[in-house]
Amino acid sequence: MEFAELIKTPRVDNVVLHRPFYPAVEGTLCLTGHHLILSSRQDNTEELWLLHSNIDAIDKRFVGSLGTIIIKCKDFRIIQLDIPGMEECLNIASSIEALSTLDSITLMYPFFYRPMFEVIEDGWHSFLPEQEFELFSSATSEWRLSYVNKEFAVCPSYPPIVTVPKSIDDETLRKVATFRHGGRFPILSYYHKKNGMVIMRSGQPLTGTNGRRCKEDEKLINATLRAGKRGYIIDTRSLNVAQQARAKGGGFEQEAHYPQWRRIHKSIERYHILQESLIKLVEACNDQTHNMDRWLSKLEASNWLTHIKEILTTACLAAQCIDREGASILIHGTEGTDSTLQVTSLAQIILEPRSRTIRGFEALIEREWLQAGHPFQQRCAQSAYCNTKQKWEAPVFLLFLDCVWQILRQFPCSFEFNENFLIMLFEHAYASQFGTFLGNNESERCKLKLQQKTMSLWSWVNQPSELSKFTNPLFEANNLVIWPSVAPQSLPLWEGIFLRWNRSSKYLDEAYEEMVNIIEYNKELQAKVNILRRQLAELETEDGMQESP
Amino acid sequence: MEHIRTTKVEQVKLLDRFSTSNKSLTGTLYLTATHLLFIDSHQKETWILHHHIASVEKLALTTSGCPLVIQCKNFRTVHFIVPRERDCHDIYNSLLQLSKQAKYEDLYAFSYNPKQNDSERLQGWQLIDLAEEYKRMGVPNSHWQLSDANRDYKICETYPRELYVPRIASKPIIVGSSKFRSKGRFPVLSYYHQDKEAAICRCSQPLSGFSARCLEDEHLLQAISKANPVNRYMYVMDTRPKLNAMANRAAGKGYENEDNYSNIRFQFVGIENIHVMRSSLQKLLEVNGTKGLSVNDFYSGLESSGWLRHIKAVMDAAIFLAKAITVENASVLVHCSDGWDRTSQVCSLGSLLLDSYYRTIKGFMVLIEKDWISFGHKFSERCGQLDGDPKEVSPVFTQFLECVWHLTE
Repeated sequence: MEFAELIKTPRVDNVVLHRPFYPAVEGTLCLTGHHLILSSRQDNTEELWLLHSNIDAIDKRFVGSLGTIIIKCKDFRIIQLDIPGMEECLNIASSIEALSTLDSITLMYPFFYRPMFEVIEDGWHSFLPEQEFELFSSATSEWRLSYVNKEFAVCPSYPPIVTVPKSIDDETLRKVATFRHGGRFPILSYYHKKNGMVIMRSGQPLTGTNGRRCKEDEKLINATLRAGKRGYIIDTRSLNVAQQARAKGGGFEQEAHYPQWRRIHKSIERYHILQESLIKLVEACNDQTHNMDRWLSKLEASNWLTHIKEILTTACLAAQCIDREGASILIHGTEGTDSTLQVTSLAQIILEPRSRTIRGFEALIEREWLQAGHPFQQRCAQSAYCNTKQKWEAPVFLLFLDCVWQILRQFPCSFEFNENFLIMLFEHAYASQFGTFLGNNESERCKLKLQQKTMSLWSWVNQPSELSKFTNPLFEANNLVIWPSVAPQSLPLWEGIFLRWNRSSKYLDEAYEEMVNIIEYNKELQAKVNILRRQLAELETEDGMQESP
Repeated sequence: MEHIRTTKVEQVKLLDRFSTSNKSLTGTLYLTATHLLFIDSHQKETWILHHHIASVEKLALTTSGCPLVIQCKNFRTVHFIVPRERDCHDIYNSLLQLSKQAKYEDLYAFSYNPKQNDSERLQGWQLIDLAEEYKRMGVPNSHWQLSDANRDYKICETYPRELYVPRIASKPIIVGSSKFRSKGRFPVLSYYHQDKEAAICRCSQPLSGFSARCLEDEHLLQAISKANPVNRYMYVMDTRPKLNAMANRAAGKGYENEDNYSNIRFQFVGIENIHVMRSSLQKLLEVNGTKGLSVNDFYSGLESSGWLRHIKAVMDAAIFLAKAITVENASVLVHCSDGWDRTSQVCSLGSLLLDSYYRTIKGFMVLIEKDWISFGHKFSERCGQLDGDPKEVSPVFTQFLECVWHLTE
């Protein structure tokens, strides 16, 4: 299929571009198969280079023969193009609409992108399950890698390799898969080296209204418990919702069948409620009336920060079970692909310092989001400005990133990466030249041959020149478990994402640069001091030697 | 020391909100003439100045002892558990007396002695020289001069001795205007912007009632606008809500009638009065002090306190002031009712936006010395330093500091 068929007018001159923080600029607008490009008339520099896949919605307006297209992007930016000529304007608008709503994933830009940089590290192979397993398998012999899902036949949304208790064989896993939603049988999410406790995650048990049970499922999760110890099951649905799930064939683990496990319900919202929350929040941020009461009530009505508090509280609870109570836990919601992953990944941020390093965080996203089968393609199909009917879109990953930012803000020296890293991940989850966030699970990614045909985000990010932008200058490695405050007073709005286009960050950026310079200078001086100290010590010993007879 | 019945109590527990182990610390509580001191078992000291105590409360007796909750004016809350009821009662009564002083001489400042000699002490008081500051601003000059009319505080008791007025404003004009302004606080210079040759002036409300006029006051405002060679008009900013200003007319006061004053553009920039601010802070502290709040309750509590709305009102006023000077090159006269609360906020915050000197440490001290201390903001009453009228207490200076903090963010 030719992109040219979709582009009615590839090029228009004398288009005026309006975008946040820059004065209006006139130039030539070009439409390619994947991008909207505006080159300035003055000096031919590219003022705008926008991926069609980043476009959430467009509005058209006409005043006389001057058409205006308002482009609302998934990263919350709003751009305006003034196009002379009604026909050109209509053509551009319908071309953009067609190009930004392509059905087939293989038509998307990552399949056409050729990197301009030298690829040193292939991000597709940076965080393989075997490597991750190595990291803790020396501390324990109770776990093994299973290849039962090699062909994705047992669980279509799981990766081909999963970590399970050593005493459980593949046949048992196959049986358990029939008892869990989507075939998502309980697998290892995290091993806490300090005390050997683990986080497992899964889909809901399919108990149904008959109270069906599965001995293999019970055997599997009981295998993670030490003798005489109890575990916790954290269900991210309220008790009511969990009970109602039985009518549709789902349900929860009954005490009678799982006597060694205590069940806790911590309700976390999902699906369209989250999407609506995002829409309301972004709308509040764009409100130009600048009225304080209205801002506070709109912020409250969006409920965004309530979701943040819910998720963080549950993650803290999970971490407490592991670290304070010394008990293993199993986490699931309904499908085990959304709130479950928010909780398991945030709990690891709290518990494990490695997750707060750049590579550790990338590995965390690989394991707990990408390989774990969070349906990125569905969830990130549309963002805050979409006006078409939504089905599966929800800002689950953005909520996770926001929670990470909240912890980062409370513990500014405990993270190797900075806020910009999180913002970058948010952007690429919704629209990217890289294939990392394409598809909904490993099975789809294999079928699409992403590893062969597209570039991994990590290949680009992990170049030293790029990493320097994302490194936190205040980072001091520590071994602590960090406990964030979840009081409403401690959870402010993430301005870096939500107000990014509403107020200039120029002075804050300058202050940040200044801080980076001060820290660099301090390091240089410290190095000098060390050299001088050594020299002094050497001179002193020389003197000492000369003086002795 | 006569108020203190018990100087020392042992085995007192201090409940620590932030302790990760949620345990309380046990130690000894001491009462001195000026402070409350708690030393815990790890030798950590907690000092509380008696004058910082806003309220003391004895809670119901529990099995572990008698709880004593102290709320401080700096928003700190301290929760002690005193083992014996009698001791608790004694401390409670002592603190009640010690936290309310009747005379200035009883305040801590008069007994604080850091072993300075007289010349060192004098140097400290001379650190900030307002005459130097006015010189730095560029006055006196061809348009502005130093007036000696208030040298003995005869014209206005609450104004400083050194006042800068337009060169063409004669003494009779000044005297006449002072009689037409509440508390004698006639229009004077607060800040002179050298580049724009525009000025920020401040005063109090005119005693205009419904129809009274004062030629001298009108001449003084004319002189101020003439002292600006660039712009023919000047702004008069009344920092009260319109309704309040109008209500004042019935009491013989009010605001400037544009018809009577040539070349002025009158502007209301509604900032609420000290009573509204006092209760706003009260509500805010209640919201903040409540444990286990949901996000929704927190935000609706925040909204209904109105605190941030008031902060924004002050900031908006300062921005209007700064824009009038830099964009329109117009001089501005700022007043509220008495010209020592909202006027101080707006003039000082506006100057801070305009002049980077005030954003240095020394400059900020100078700004506070000039627009707050010398121009008669009633610190003693607003901060409840003495046991006076609780209705005069209001967080006006605190709001100013919060506005400055927002700028640093």
